[in-house]
Amino acid sequence: MNADSVLPDLVVSLVFIGYAMVMLLSFGGLLTWVERKQSAVMSDRVGANRAYIRIPFTNVKLVWLGLFHGMADGLKMLLKENFKPKTHDAVGYFLAPFIVFTPVLLVFAVVPFGGTVVPGQLIPALAGWFGDRAYNMQIANLDAGLLVVFAFSSLGIIGAMLAGWASDNKFSLLGGLRAGSQMISYELVMGLTVLGLILVYGTVNLGDIVRQQSGTIGGVLPAWGIFYQPFAAFLFLTAAIAENKRIPFDLPEAESELIAGYFTEYSAMKLGLFMFSEFIQIAVVGALFATLFLGGYNLPFMTDAGFSLPGGTEIALSQAVRVPLQLLTFLGKVALLCVIQIQIRWTLPRFRYDQMLGLSWKMLLPLSLANLVVTVLWMWIAGGGQ
Amino acid sequence: MVKEPEAPAAGVTGVAFGDNARLAAAKAGQAPAAAPAKPRTPVRYARKQYWNEPTMTWWEKAYLPEILRGLAITTGIFLRNMGKWITGRRGAVTTYYPEEKRADFAPRNRGKHILTQRPDGSPQCIACNMCATVCPAKVIEIEAGFDPNDPAHPKYPVRFEIDYSRCVFCGMCVEACPEDAIRMQEDVPNLVSDDRYNMWMTMDEMLTWRPQQDVAKPYPPKPVPLGLGESVKRGRGQ
Repeated sequence: MNADSVLPDLVVSLVFIGYAMVMLLSFGGLLTWVERKQSAVMSDRVGANRAYIRIPFTNVKLVWLGLFHGMADGLKMLLKENFKPKTHDAVGYFLAPFIVFTPVLLVFAVVPFGGTVVPGQLIPALAGWFGDRAYNMQIANLDAGLLVVFAFSSLGIIGAMLAGWASDNKFSLLGGLRAGSQMISYELVMGLTVLGLILVYGTVNLGDIVRQQSGTIGGVLPAWGIFYQPFAAFLFLTAAIAENKRIPFDLPEAESELIAGYFTEYSAMKLGLFMFSEFIQIAVVGALFATLFLGGYNLPFMTDAGFSLPGGTEIALSQAVRVPLQLLTFLGKVALLCVIQIQIRWTLPRFRYDQMLGLSWKMLLPLSLANLVVTVLWMWIAGGGQ
Repeated sequence: MVKEPEAPAAGVTGVAFGDNARLAAAKAGQAPAAAPAKPRTPVRYARKQYWNEPTMTWWEKAYLPEILRGLAITTGIFLRNMGKWITGRRGAVTTYYPEEKRADFAPRNRGKHILTQRPDGSPQCIACNMCATVCPAKVIEIEAGFDPNDPAHPKYPVRFEIDYSRCVFCGMCVEACPEDAIRMQEDVPNLVSDDRYNMWMTMDEMLTWRPQQDVAKPYPPKPVPLGLGESVKRGRGQ
């Protein structure tokens, strides 16, 4: 790295970070609306549609299908009294929401949301400054990508258990205990599931994983992870929803039993952070699933050079077309996966606690191990017994 | 009471019964029957078998196909309703409350009050205050006036107001009224407000009921005074 490349690198990194933050936070905000409206539509209701913004000095009220209810929620969270229980542990109680919230954002740092971009060619006015340096659209192009994902997502357990302990409340403590055991159980399943995928791709770098998925299987199917490892995809989605502690795995929160579980004693924006991190994690799970199993930011048969369709047709794409297409493809895949997760959440009832742990240890864990064994054998046979 | 020895570990059934029997005995003031000295057997926990135990086939126990079936149902409903919304119809059973009136109120629904009228349009109410007296929520306020020109009904309401923020819609005012002057419509009083002082309904609004056919209580024409001996004839009956 020479001296005159530092500033452009910094600018590009800041732009990527800004894009990722804006994307995740707006996903988090929008998903509250999507969840309300989707659940309403699938149960013959209308959904929240009363909050409005009045244009000042006029009588024009913008309702926009209740899109401003999320903003009203945020405002309410900000303006509410920040109530603390008398006997709470000050440090842990203060830190827990941030420990839950931050790793969720950090996981996205290694997820690529677009292919290679050459800013000098994309915007000719900047050509003199950027030269022909190329950047992967990814905040941190780490070789240990998938390991970083697991490292950060397991930090969330600490936050949940800390919140449960520091609140000094029986319900919180029970919720924290449940959160701990549940997240550890399902993280194991998640890791073992992804192990088969790592064997197939031979790398844990998420950018490489996406690039390897642009080919085809047998010239017909796109070489997506979901076609290599359909079973793992199902297990991964199950474990990821459980990791996110949403229905049908919302045992740590269990409104009917534990009030709100480990964040019973939280109010105002601290509660908002727990809620918000849950919604952002939906988007992050969607992004991870899209990256690992659905070809990431690429459409089927698409590489950074353009499309190469199964018939042998090649369609070259200029960078000005490809980069927005890749960004939109990624957003579309994430949005679709978010909708699927919300559909699952509003369809299934909650598990009992022993059923939930039994599902993890008695069903998903052996299944993911079997999946791994089959993958290993298949790789061994495909590799000619090497 | 003598301190009882710890309840013996009887069989799984019969424990509750035995406890109840001892309790009943203690209530009656008798000494509790001495528990038979049985050797303590370890009670193995067995989940109770209910008469309506769910029976599931292996297909249902596999859980995943049933999940997919459930998802298919909810997704189908979602798509159906979404299609309705997109094509400009309403994909929900909701009625927007203050703006819209439900079409399916039962004809006997006890909704907002009306004051019935005589054929000349004056309220049938005679301001007797019976409805206000019987009202459990004390929501009716009546101010009576004197009308010397109507010797049949000299008392009439100057003011008749109901506070709907407190009304419990019990219908007792309707039952108490001797003149059939107050009734309840199936429509609800649409008094949506964030201010309780806007929830009063005045006599003007309650006198808007103008049925064409159903006059509340048609008064017969004024009776002609009877001639001498006619009442005796009538008394004999026809």
